[in-house]
Amino acid sequence: MSYERDFTVRPEPYQKQQEGRAHRRGTIDRNFRRLGFLLTLATLGILGILLLNLAMNGLARIDWQFMSSFPSRRAGEAGILSAWVGTLLLMLVTASAAIPFGVAAGIYLEEYASKNRWTDFVEINIANLAGVPSILYGLMALGLFVYQFRFGQSLLAGGLALGCLVLPIVIVATRESLRTIPSSIREAAFALGATKWQAVWHHLLPYSTGGIATGVILAMSRAIGESAPLITIGALTFIAFLPPAPLISHAPFVSGEWLFSPFTALPIQMFNWVSRPGEEFQSNAAAAGLILMVITLSMNAAAILLRRRAQRNITW
Amino acid sequence: MEVSPPPSSRRLDKTVESFMVWVLRAGGWASVLVTFGIVLTLVTESWPFFREVPLIRLFQDTMWTPLFAQPQYGIGALLAGTLVTTGVALLVAIPLGTILAIYLSEFAEPKFRDWVKPMLELLSAVPTVVYGYFALLTLTPILQKIFPDLPQFSMLSAGLIMGVMIVPYVTSLGEDAMRSVPMLLREGAFALGDGKLGVAVRVVFPGAFSGLAAAYVLAISRAVGETMIVAIAAGLQPKMTFNPLESAATVTAFIVQVSLGDLPHGSIGYQSIFAAGAVLFLMTLGFNLAGHVLRKRFHRAT
Repeated sequence: MSYERDFTVRPEPYQKQQEGRAHRRGTIDRNFRRLGFLLTLATLGILGILLLNLAMNGLARIDWQFMSSFPSRRAGEAGILSAWVGTLLLMLVTASAAIPFGVAAGIYLEEYASKNRWTDFVEINIANLAGVPSILYGLMALGLFVYQFRFGQSLLAGGLALGCLVLPIVIVATRESLRTIPSSIREAAFALGATKWQAVWHHLLPYSTGGIATGVILAMSRAIGESAPLITIGALTFIAFLPPAPLISHAPFVSGEWLFSPFTALPIQMFNWVSRPGEEFQSNAAAAGLILMVITLSMNAAAILLRRRAQRNITW
Repeated sequence: MEVSPPPSSRRLDKTVESFMVWVLRAGGWASVLVTFGIVLTLVTESWPFFREVPLIRLFQDTMWTPLFAQPQYGIGALLAGTLVTTGVALLVAIPLGTILAIYLSEFAEPKFRDWVKPMLELLSAVPTVVYGYFALLTLTPILQKIFPDLPQFSMLSAGLIMGVMIVPYVTSLGEDAMRSVPMLLREGAFALGDGKLGVAVRVVFPGAFSGLAAAYVLAISRAVGETMIVAIAAGLQPKMTFNPLESAATVTAFIVQVSLGDLPHGSIGYQSIFAAGAVLFLMTLGFNLAGHVLRKRFHRAT
């Protein structure tokens, strides 16, 4: 066997062919780069078209009257007062359910749980929960919260349904931000005699606040836009009143009565208007949609910026 | 400087420690309880339905009219709607999402990618009721110019918009997978004289395939479970048809349609939405587990 180099001069056509191939590859690559760039712009453009479309049809409807009126049979007099108050109160319930449980679960799984079958099961369970269609959370809430626990078609039932829905988002965010903290931090704390909880409370949690906050904002923005679970528990009704105020004038000054009040929310109010014939109702829908979009997109933007800043400020 | 605590407080530390372990463990349990709650509710509330309706009728009947006087229980009519809308959505999302993933991972400048990726993810953050509005009131009239016979509600319009919604799932997960393919493999292929696209298609794509497959599977799961877009734009009448130009209800749309009416606890309507929900749960569970396994396998391989 010979390892000598092959010095034979290739005939002309062969070299031409090679050059031609290289040239063709370059052209293909350039064209694909163009295609990818254009498709990226086009896909992002859909977002712009969506916003523009809502603004063109709905911006004129947004005024003080729209914000401060109850839904009405006459489109021109209808407003979103009960809807945005409902959304606000719903988010209060959702946040107070999802944040403590989600963060606790995240800490437990990342810092405490030993690697065994049970932990594997919990992990698969969370991966699956994150992919369960939102409407199934609505069915669970209908069977369990509305009828079994007798919460009725209330803010409490709706808020808890959304809380369960976003729980995996909070858990995953907590775990991911804990995972980026190097183990030397933990070891340093233990070496100084800290218990595990002390290490978590004084070191790991403060360092992961940015990541957890990002996750919580994303979770809330998801919950604000959800309508399917709320429709399932029967929240799509004509609500022309506000829930009782959470703060009252006599002791003990806070009241939980609002939790059991029927409600409506922005996305279901929008759904209601979309499904009605008539252009006036559709411009109401566009206005409600525009408000929803602005809220969710700015929450997402805030989450992105927060994540950027957290990443930039940390050097271990 | 803090002074180190006196030995007596160690006992307090230990008490706090064991208390907190229980609190945190309770949080871990909460996620399991939610799954348990979903499964339990679906099983117990749909139990009377499946006792009354033999399983075989689900597949024998050709119509889904559980609320009629002469009820028919062919769940195929709902599954057809889900299948068609999901299919249309995937025809948009898989090619577009994959091309964007290849472009962002192999061609785009890192700075450009860092800006574009979160912006693309905004597409899946748009409230689905807004997408439904867009499909029904903007896209359908445009499509009606191309297909003059297109009804007001059509699976085509809903599916196309649903595809846009799930593009970020494919792109984001797919791009992550492709970028974690080792640089060495690319360099080897470049050294053999292949171009960028050739390397992307012949080396990176196969190398990241299980990661990409996980992205596809999770996108399917999203599309199957999506509710508001199809409920608004694809119609609420169950119909056994595979033509995307027609209107038909999906499994999720049926649940919405029944929920919109008066729904007494224990009525046949009430039971039927839990039966539909159970079918939906089983379908998405399959996809979610497959996606999870594929992702795990991919992470172990790289």
